[in-house]
Amino acid sequence: MIEHLPALIPITLILFAFIAGVLGVMQFKLSRNVAMLGALAAFVLSVTGTIQVLQTGPMHYSFGSWPPPYGIEFVLDTLSAFMVLVITGIGSILLMFPTKPGFMIDEQKGATVYTVVLMLMAGLCGMVLAGDLFNLYVFLEISSLSTFALISLGGGKAAVASFRYLIMASIGGCFYLLGVGFIYFSVGSVNMADVLQLLPAVYDSPSVIGGAILMVTGLCVKMALFPLHTWLPDSDTYAPPVVAAFSAAVQIEVSAYVIIRLILNVFSPEFIIGLTPITDIIAWISAAGIIIASILAVAQQNFRRMLAYSSVAQIAYVGLGIGLANPLGIVGGIFHIMAHSLMKGSLFLIAGGIRHHTGIWNINDFQGLGRRMPWTIGAFTIAAMGMIGIPPTAGFFSKWYLLLGSIEGDQWVFVAVILISSLLNAVYFFRIIEKAFSPPAESTASVNKTGELPKRMLAPILILAIGTLIVGALNVLVVNELIMPVVEGL
Amino acid sequence: MGDLTFHYSYIMIIILLVIGLWGMLGKRNLIKKIIGLNIFQTSIFLFFIKGALKEGATVPVIDPELGLEAASYFNPLPHVMILTAIVVSVATTGVALALMLTIYRNYSSLEEGDILERMGK
Repeated sequence: MIEHLPALIPITLILFAFIAGVLGVMQFKLSRNVAMLGALAAFVLSVTGTIQVLQTGPMHYSFGSWPPPYGIEFVLDTLSAFMVLVITGIGSILLMFPTKPGFMIDEQKGATVYTVVLMLMAGLCGMVLAGDLFNLYVFLEISSLSTFALISLGGGKAAVASFRYLIMASIGGCFYLLGVGFIYFSVGSVNMADVLQLLPAVYDSPSVIGGAILMVTGLCVKMALFPLHTWLPDSDTYAPPVVAAFSAAVQIEVSAYVIIRLILNVFSPEFIIGLTPITDIIAWISAAGIIIASILAVAQQNFRRMLAYSSVAQIAYVGLGIGLANPLGIVGGIFHIMAHSLMKGSLFLIAGGIRHHTGIWNINDFQGLGRRMPWTIGAFTIAAMGMIGIPPTAGFFSKWYLLLGSIEGDQWVFVAVILISSLLNAVYFFRIIEKAFSPPAESTASVNKTGELPKRMLAPILILAIGTLIVGALNVLVVNELIMPVVEGL
Repeated sequence: MGDLTFHYSYIMIIILLVIGLWGMLGKRNLIKKIIGLNIFQTSIFLFFIKGALKEGATVPVIDPELGLEAASYFNPLPHVMILTAIVVSVATTGVALALMLTIYRNYSSLEEGDILERMGK
């Protein structure tokens, strides 16, 4: 049984997606519960898989017993185990959020919404687990298609945002596919381990270099790395809160993971770093993205839009970690994936909850909210501290590793970028905290009448916020056990 | 020169690729964007199919007369991959058309300029 684990994680999600869809037509409440059960089951499987991987090393699963490189392979190693934990864990918590504020739909109309969410999670898990480049593309498209549908639930503006995302994501996906073609026709294989072995013979071939550049560019679009981020602010502003949380907190991170996977396990670091300028370019555009997106976030009055620009800045930290391409930088980047998904998930749920409960989305109207909703604003404060990078939150430690990585690589510009961007983060988050905790103004009547968010909304928000603190406290464990083995080869 | 004539199809593929990209990014009408997307995807499919081609080879079903010599058969794997990619492309087009329906119901237009103007109100 245990040897089937890598395949079971996405299959469980797909199976429950089907059951949830059938039940959703008959009784909506049941569909929601089944979907949560499915996500939790996948999470339990991921935890089991992670323990197994830590004890006995990477697990390989060949479909239909056809051995790779001829057959299709799923690989659960420490890096994919870490990502599967993040996807299923954050996914299960996000699904706890009530349906109506979470997906902006009436229960009667939303029979299939949980099917699509589970398919999104299955697609992301498949991307992480796939052992060959082409199946990675297929799962990438499964997750994209689910996201298009989910974003459009937010109404007319969201449909326009979703259409824009569809165009950008398809360009990204097709670039990736074209890159896979270049690699396939150069080495004659799409299995990752096989490509890694065959590639050294053709390192200097222009089609291999072109393929690598095409694949990384395609993934940068999906990852919303500056300056290819243009689709993200709109889709995260108008999408339903849970969907925005999924796309900002999980989906773009998975694309970042794929780039890390390509650099470490497909092209090998010496090829990417030694023979192409890819990592340098990623590092510099990430550094520019961090600063520019942070400045744009400061300028926003809409709370959701500010969070969206903040996502562009935060994913660029992961990009910076990849671009530094030294062990500490990559550790910082991977750790930031987990930290950011916890913090940003919590923040988007807070934004959705406040919007649904009080109708407020403009930052200026937050005045006095802290006294009315102490728990919500408390969770917001923790998540915001993580974003700024104040210890003991997880956000501090990921930035710490990134700083160490920049110093080790003698990249003092990036040290300055990280410090300046932390100041900018402080500017745009503290102005909200300050507003929320100042005495309520008489003009904002809607704030004065409101109370704390309902418990069902508060629970996932608090779990994610406290998770930020717990992951921060356990950072040594996470880094030493899960992330360090990944970067040993560098 | 013989090399060039055998590879002229790559030039056509690149032309299609650029037409598709231009359609997606340069045109203001959403339908035209989707047509651009389809041209773009088709050019990539053609790239894979072209890569599987060999001169003087036949269909990849083992023929006793030709034996097991790999050079005498086309490579079937790119065809199989493209079959999957075509399914993905059809699904993307379907979702895009559904999105356009929603957009048209909300803004009564498929021109990007009109939609942006009506969104602002």
